[in-house]
Amino acid sequence: MTAATGPAVGAADRCAYALRLGDDALVLAQRLTEWSAHAPTLEEDLALENIALDLLGQARHLLTYAGAAEGQGRDEDRLAYWRDDGEFCNLQLVEQPNGDFAATMVRQWLFSTYQRLLYLALRASADPDLSAIGERGAKEAAYHLDHAANWVRRLGDGTEESHRRTEAALLGLWPFVAEMFSGDAVEARLVAAGVAVDGRALRPAFDAAVDAVLAEATLSRPEAAFTARGGRSGHHTEHLGHLLAEMQHLHRSHPGASW
Amino acid sequence: MAQEAPGEDQRAAGFQALVDADHRLEPRDWLPDRYRSMVLRQIAQHAHSEVIGMQPEGNWITRAPSLRRKAILLAKVQDEAGHGLYLYAAAETLGVAREELVARLHDGRQKYSSIFNYPTRTWADVGAIGWLVDGAAITNQLALTRTSYGPYARAMVRICREESFHQRQGFELLWALARGTEAQRRMAQDAVDRWWWPTLMMFGPPDARSPHTAQSMAWRIKRVSNDELRQRFVDMAVPQAAALGLTLPDPELRWNADRGHHDFGPIDWEEFQRVVGGDGPCNAERLRVHRAAHDDGAWVRAAAAAFAAKHRDPVAVPA
Repeated sequence: MTAATGPAVGAADRCAYALRLGDDALVLAQRLTEWSAHAPTLEEDLALENIALDLLGQARHLLTYAGAAEGQGRDEDRLAYWRDDGEFCNLQLVEQPNGDFAATMVRQWLFSTYQRLLYLALRASADPDLSAIGERGAKEAAYHLDHAANWVRRLGDGTEESHRRTEAALLGLWPFVAEMFSGDAVEARLVAAGVAVDGRALRPAFDAAVDAVLAEATLSRPEAAFTARGGRSGHHTEHLGHLLAEMQHLHRSHPGASW
Repeated sequence: MAQEAPGEDQRAAGFQALVDADHRLEPRDWLPDRYRSMVLRQIAQHAHSEVIGMQPEGNWITRAPSLRRKAILLAKVQDEAGHGLYLYAAAETLGVAREELVARLHDGRQKYSSIFNYPTRTWADVGAIGWLVDGAAITNQLALTRTSYGPYARAMVRICREESFHQRQGFELLWALARGTEAQRRMAQDAVDRWWWPTLMMFGPPDARSPHTAQSMAWRIKRVSNDELRQRFVDMAVPQAAALGLTLPDPELRWNADRGHHDFGPIDWEEFQRVVGGDGPCNAERLRVHRAAHDDGAWVRAAAAAFAAKHRDPVAVPA
């Protein structure tokens, strides 16, 4: 089994796969940092920064891994700062604007529910680096999920206003859920080699976890008004370009500089 | 025969004796009202400074020029939120809730350090804040680890550890810029030029004109005077600037062998008074952002309170 995962075999696939997971973490971290000094309580400033810091750490490991698998000398910064939006492979969910606190928490809850399941399964990867990333990431994602799900419960079952805002956030973000479980040829080849997680297989556990929280939050699963697709192959909503413009501007203004 | 309760004078004398014996005062001890109000004013101002200080530095998190620098800055701003929390908790031991302290900040009865009324225009400003502003803060706070009010002294011990880390990170950020491209070096020098004088003002007016110093020193709230702390800071910063290869913007700055200290030029106290009084480049913006975040979060805090009441959640979310 491990013979199929040697450096020459599937290197391009492993690079692509790590970029997907790394870009999810990087883009969501970037979004969460926009809350800094703007959260509803000081405790929440601290929590959102903490989640962003975990995600940024995951992104750095995954981008470094991707650069090494690719073997062309691109490090984490080269990958983060010098790719255009069409080369980013994150889910469209994570690039969605923060909106109000309900939208940020619903987005975090949906993503962390998915990411925790993904990382738990990734621990069994035949690739020791990805397995280690899964081991550590699953623990972090469990904390993020706990925090976000608690807020979804509080906001859903809080006041009339918080219920209305959370319901609207859920309706707005639900179309981005299906993309997490879409699967494709890259993933299928790596699943066959025992390296990657079969995303499609995570859906039943995701649905069960989501439904349980929704029930406590006195909310129900909405119908998706449309289905977002294409993030994994570089097709993004208009929001990602603005996020990257802000993130990459200073670095790109000084080509070749060290920081 | 029943013992008479001690009179106000006796209590005050007993209190002063405890202070003079370097006894750490705790919330349960009898404390003069004026002592309480002076300590509260200082802790609250310190807490507000940590929280308002998140804005100028947070201004660069989304644009940090490397992922490593982004992680360092994010962790730093998170530490500041944490310092704000310890300090609000220390202030609350004096019987004033955080919600009330925030209200006093918003209506101008309490202030934050005036240094945060200056803008962070470039990435190098993040380094200058770390090196100079945090360096000044540590100089002040190290002295405060021996302050007479226990909860404040203990908060200072913990905060100083993290602040010294921040100062080294700021120095290292500027070190990289000073050894980088010409544009990076210019950016670093420009930041130091803009932050040097406001940093010296952080220690407050000269002792002769400091309204609270005498009482504050007598009660050992403050252990070292403004001018002495300022001198300590200058003496520390001068060799560090030389190591960075950056110039401090003061033509009168030179070593005085007789005093064993650096002499430095006059501070523009009119600018200090103007900025403290509200007429600085960012005063209005800093308060506007803080009020807006507080107001925008009202429905979230209300929801948490409503949920806690419905579910008898023992942990309610504070305002």
